[in-house]
Amino acid sequence: MQRHFISVAAAAATLAFASSPARAVSDAELADIRGQLQQVKEQYQSRLDALEKRLADAEARAARAEEKAGRAEATAATATQAETHARGAASAFNPEVSLILQGTYSNLSQDPGTYEITGFIPSGGEIGPPPRSFSVGESELVISASVDPWFRGQFTAALTPENEVEVEEAFIQTLALGHGFGLKAGRFFSGIGYINEQHPHSWDFVDAPLAQRAFLGGSNYGDDGVQLKWLAPAPFFLELGAEAGRGKDFPGSDRDKNGINSSAFFVHVGGDAGASHSWRAGLSYLRSTPVDRGYEDLDSTGVPVANAFSGSSKLLIADLVWKWAPNGDPRDRNFKLQGEYYRRKESGTLSFDTLDLSGFGSQSGGYDAEQSGWYLQGVYQFMPRWRVGLRYDRLDSGDVTNDMVLFNTGGLTAADFPGLAPHDPDRLTAMLDYSFSEFSRLRLQYARDDARLNAGDDQFFVQYIMSLGAHGAHKW
Amino acid sequence: MVGGVGCRFALALALLILPGPAAAALGIFACEPEWGALARELGGDRVSVYEATTALQDPHRIEARPSLIARARGADLVMCTGAELESGWLPLVLRESGNARVQPGRPGYFEAARFVPLQEKPLRLDRSEGDIHAGGNPHIQGDPRNIGAVASALGQRLAEIDPPNAAFYRERARDFEARWSAALQRWQARGAPLRGVPVVLQHRDPYLAGWLDLRVVGVLEPRPGMEATTAHLAALAASLEQEPARMVLRPAYQPDRASRWLAERAKLPVVVLPFTVGGNERARDLFSLYDDTLDRLLAALKP
Repeated sequence: MQRHFISVAAAAATLAFASSPARAVSDAELADIRGQLQQVKEQYQSRLDALEKRLADAEARAARAEEKAGRAEATAATATQAETHARGAASAFNPEVSLILQGTYSNLSQDPGTYEITGFIPSGGEIGPPPRSFSVGESELVISASVDPWFRGQFTAALTPENEVEVEEAFIQTLALGHGFGLKAGRFFSGIGYINEQHPHSWDFVDAPLAQRAFLGGSNYGDDGVQLKWLAPAPFFLELGAEAGRGKDFPGSDRDKNGINSSAFFVHVGGDAGASHSWRAGLSYLRSTPVDRGYEDLDSTGVPVANAFSGSSKLLIADLVWKWAPNGDPRDRNFKLQGEYYRRKESGTLSFDTLDLSGFGSQSGGYDAEQSGWYLQGVYQFMPRWRVGLRYDRLDSGDVTNDMVLFNTGGLTAADFPGLAPHDPDRLTAMLDYSFSEFSRLRLQYARDDARLNAGDDQFFVQYIMSLGAHGAHKW
Repeated sequence: MVGGVGCRFALALALLILPGPAAAALGIFACEPEWGALARELGGDRVSVYEATTALQDPHRIEARPSLIARARGADLVMCTGAELESGWLPLVLRESGNARVQPGRPGYFEAARFVPLQEKPLRLDRSEGDIHAGGNPHIQGDPRNIGAVASALGQRLAEIDPPNAAFYRERARDFEARWSAALQRWQARGAPLRGVPVVLQHRDPYLAGWLDLRVVGVLEPRPGMEATTAHLAALAASLEQEPARMVLRPAYQPDRASRWLAERAKLPVVVLPFTVGGNERARDLFSLYDDTLDRLLAALKP
């Protein structure tokens, strides 16, 4: 009798174990199960006899088998409950939503309305610091989800410093191309450089590097277009990418023209060096063909004029990021070194006073400029929650040939292009931040910004960045 | 000349893209060491396992490093805990990998937590409760009985994605389950003296406590994923005077400040548990992981 019981228990347990997982069980449940097993045994005596032969070795394992049977049953019950619950909730299909709330208090020694990066054709974008006093610029709403097994979609809306809502990203991407290929279409941040693809809330400083502002027109360069990436089947990271777009934003301009108005190519290489170090290096190229890309300046008498550039703009970016964390665990301490070098060549035609505001007539002439810039920054988390960072920015206005000045066209001199005066802007930034949790951060930042010619700006910021909702994954 | 370079480049590229001779082993990308160890147990020499994290890393806090993306590209199976443990990096790694086989929902994507009942499902989903996981506590490897359940599911999955070796995986799974059952029985007997022993945990671990029937009288993390504050530690020390504990348990990858402070204050031994395979020198595989865990707990019981 006892032997029969043991065999039955073992048989039932083995069957249950083969199909489903297990968990602990109380004595009462065990007794109940024993009763059920007894019934099963009576009903299926003949079949169990056959099983008994196959399970001759089961005796030794009988004790734990009883327990397993109970656990398996409990699991089955839990699983059924969970399924029922999930099926009832149609809202479970709602996309992931995350909201970034960002607020800044700025104290600036110079009027942010006069901000310019002297020596570089202004982009017309948000290149300056946030307004004085309190502001909530760059708060973001991100909505994303899988569309079906083949596509995923993402939508990002951001609050600009001008208090407008701007669609920063609205793209779909493929999930099932395979062979290392990924295709994106819509509006997205370009994969060129390193910081360009990072959303402002994951930056290590309040503002973008000067070079990013001078050459890519503000915080992130994005375009409406398509991107194809291919990851090589290598033991290290090797990624190639190409983008084609409308080129509507600086350094391009919206052109009402069929076809591709801007194109970008990039290659990224990366890997680990031991458990504690990881790195990524990249080389990127962006080509735009702006037509009448306007900007504002003053003439030599101080009258505001509207100028414009048409031609080709080619930008090369080299980037390097190196991260260190003891044993690869960044929670306690970690260090991040990041640097990018930008070099841009623009050649075409510059037009002066396109609206003839000065009354002396519009002029235009050849324009060639080869300009560069770089930044290097280090951020060190010296203990949990606390980080310090230092960044140095430098730009070189380089060689600029402005034929109107060169040939004194219409009497124009260099004084009629004060915004393009030769200047090597630089900026030194220090920051300290504290993270209450993975989802909230408070930051202090001081910068001495010499972007304007002869007008150094002492900038002091207090910033909070909080993230609500879905736990998004950040780009490395 | 230029054409020649171009040709050679195209050839090199083609060599990179085209699959070489049939891959010898099934590539497995294991998010945590315990799943890497389990994959080796079931796959033997038919699989080649890459472990994305080590026992000294917090799998919740690591980043989507380029090396991980590169490794996920060639994987036939991505095996992770799930239950949002890897939500800060895995979704990005999978998307960027350009590997269709291992996307969520495909047979090449395996979440261990789906095969065990999760504990501590939060009743209220709000981050004021800390870094909680909607599906429940994801640290399921605290209870070796969960490993058995996952092993059975993994054996089936391996057979599904690598049909030519299906019989091999099924046989290895059966063999592993038999050895695991014997080990469970042995551990159950050895762990009997730990039943009802009052302990303080560093990190909420209902699985280990449930398996050994430990009585949890305090947790150092005031909320999941949040470091202990001095106020919380002081309150905990005070409550331990009313309800004393026998030991403080800390996983090897967690910082030791809070547990050391409390242990000195309350004069308790700190038991540093391997938490996963590779957590210390003895915990080299799944069997020695729980052997070592029990040894350390039992040693701390001795006066």
